[in-house]
Amino acid sequence: MFLLEQVVNGLVLGGYYLLIALGLSLIFSVGGVVNLAHGAFYALGAYVSLEITERLGFGPAMVLSPIAVALLGILFEKYILRRFYNADPILSLLVTFGLAMIAEQLIRIIWGAAPLSATMPAALKGPVIIGDFLFSRYRLVLLAVVAFVLLGIWLLLHKTAFGRVVRAGIQKPDMVAALGIRLQPYMTAVVMLGVGMAAMGGAFFAPITIVHPAMGAEIITVAFVVVVIGGLGSFWGVVLAALLVGVVRGVTIHFMPAAGEASIYMLMFLVLLFRPRGLLGERIEKFE
Amino acid sequence: MTIYNRRNVLKAGAAFAGASAIGFPAIVSAQTDAIKIGHLTPLTGFLGALGAYAQLGIRMAEEEINKSGGVLGRPLAITSEDSVNPATAATKAQRMLDQDGVAFLMGEINSASALTIMQVAARNKKFFMQIGARSDALRGKNCNRYTFHVDIPSAVMVNAVGKALVRDNMMKGKKFYTLTADYLFGHDLASSAKRFFAANGGNLVGDELVATDVNDFSPYLLKIRQAKPDVVCSNLAGNQVTNLIKQYSEFGLPFPIVGFNLNTADAWAAGEGNLSGTWPTVWYHTLEVPSSKTFVDNFTKKYGKPPENHAWIEYISLKMMAQAINETKSTDTEKLIAYFEKETQFDILKARKAYFRPWDHQLMQEAYPFTVKAKGQAKDKWDFLSLGGAVPGANESLEVLAMTKEQNPCTL
Repeated sequence: MFLLEQVVNGLVLGGYYLLIALGLSLIFSVGGVVNLAHGAFYALGAYVSLEITERLGFGPAMVLSPIAVALLGILFEKYILRRFYNADPILSLLVTFGLAMIAEQLIRIIWGAAPLSATMPAALKGPVIIGDFLFSRYRLVLLAVVAFVLLGIWLLLHKTAFGRVVRAGIQKPDMVAALGIRLQPYMTAVVMLGVGMAAMGGAFFAPITIVHPAMGAEIITVAFVVVVIGGLGSFWGVVLAALLVGVVRGVTIHFMPAAGEASIYMLMFLVLLFRPRGLLGERIEKFE
Repeated sequence: MTIYNRRNVLKAGAAFAGASAIGFPAIVSAQTDAIKIGHLTPLTGFLGALGAYAQLGIRMAEEEINKSGGVLGRPLAITSEDSVNPATAATKAQRMLDQDGVAFLMGEINSASALTIMQVAARNKKFFMQIGARSDALRGKNCNRYTFHVDIPSAVMVNAVGKALVRDNMMKGKKFYTLTADYLFGHDLASSAKRFFAANGGNLVGDELVATDVNDFSPYLLKIRQAKPDVVCSNLAGNQVTNLIKQYSEFGLPFPIVGFNLNTADAWAAGEGNLSGTWPTVWYHTLEVPSSKTFVDNFTKKYGKPPENHAWIEYISLKMMAQAINETKSTDTEKLIAYFEKETQFDILKARKAYFRPWDHQLMQEAYPFTVKAKGQAKDKWDFLSLGGAVPGANESLEVLAMTKEQNPCTL
């Protein structure tokens, strides 16, 4: 019974990992770029949400901060990322890594090195007890938001013309080009979406922990682990991996607290050993 | 036009490169009369926010000292860097001694990094003022004669809070559940806590190790809820304490929470309304001591926010070093050690003066337990902590909270 509580709690946490990992996966799948600056947008989302909360309140901040950062994502794609789709992957790694460091320092210059505190609205604070289970009300709301966003993204990818081009672009970019469709604007949209989701993760997680300059560097590792476990190009792979990572971490902490953080890397190790392509990873020609 | 500009840029670049090539030795010789000090403190990671305050504090002391003519007529020149991790801290300390020619080393907050710098100091026979790391082991089994420790150690913090708990009937026969940071300092704090529980009738029913990169405590909170302790107790450090207390309040667990270590920056980051319980501190900006108030005013004027305890401790540490150099008229390691070892009294902006204990090189000073003010009583976002009376009390020896010679395995 106690274990079940940890499993459910792990699912909730997994939902939050998902917000960050899904964008990372999409950008990698379509553009072939590992965006190490993804964490920077997560951190920016948190900082911008603090600024907006101070002026307009919590609700508007959760909506406006991801939008503002997503707009920044357009500039990021247009002026930086775009140059590296067909380049040696090491170059895009270097550029996004450098960008992550610049962003962290900029945050330190603008907002200071001391951690800032975001407060939860009183109405969302406190526990909800369902049966024998204890939940944080705030995290349940977060879970609902994640589910909603997830549904939106799934519909966008699978039920719209936009999604068809993006999915085709992942598998057969040459064919898409041969059909006379430019992938460029789609890539801009994908980056905007991915970056916006990361910012949303940052904005929503800010009241749970603290907002500090290095928060982006902290999350990027976990997000990357989730993407690797889930497998490239697979929407459900990332979803499954994020939930799995959350649950494995929670259950490990229950039995062996000291190994809690190491457990997700063990999981990645095992997955890579037995299924190098990731749990639901598809075979993608351009990466083979 | 563009070509012209580019040429200009190139020329300027070449001139700059040339000038710095020629100018470099000149800069060095111009600076030789300065007393160089190597300063290391974590600026990134879970202690980074504290390190930022540390730098502000030591810079302010440096400026004040240099403005009033320096030390022995020479200005102080502090080289301050991010210590990053224990291995890098040691490498940087060695480089500062070898290449930058610093006279002695200061700084640190991370106990593990402090330990490696202590080894560098001992190997090179150079003085190290270890300012902000609080592990008992540094003053205990790992102590060395080249290092002096300014901050209060784990044992003092545990005793300060523990005594407050005993007074409030929250110790004898109570079930304690502790969360312990999984590195040198956390382990140290946990063993001090266990000693105190054993001696005062507290029951430790659970102790969980927490890796220092954990920022989500929900699985731990669920475990604590199942264990139903009487008191939850934090042996964490840095921003992990902040995360724990924020999430503790988010999950609304009913058990009182206390802790044996908290830096005020981490309390401020948690925000009013999230913190509760009794915690220890080495200094707080509302302390009712005139010299302390002057320091707080000057600091606030300069940086736009009140000083945190790491800003204070770095400030008084550099002032102590300046006093030592002035009075010994030297930066010689042996002379400095002798000066500090003779129990010289230092004004550290507290009601009572402090001194270093000669046999383990720890600063003996007042500490304070604090609690949280009732809602609505804080004047600003830095003011929600309510400082308790100084411990040890005015009529007690400053050494009563520290480990005794029998308890502390230090041999210099």
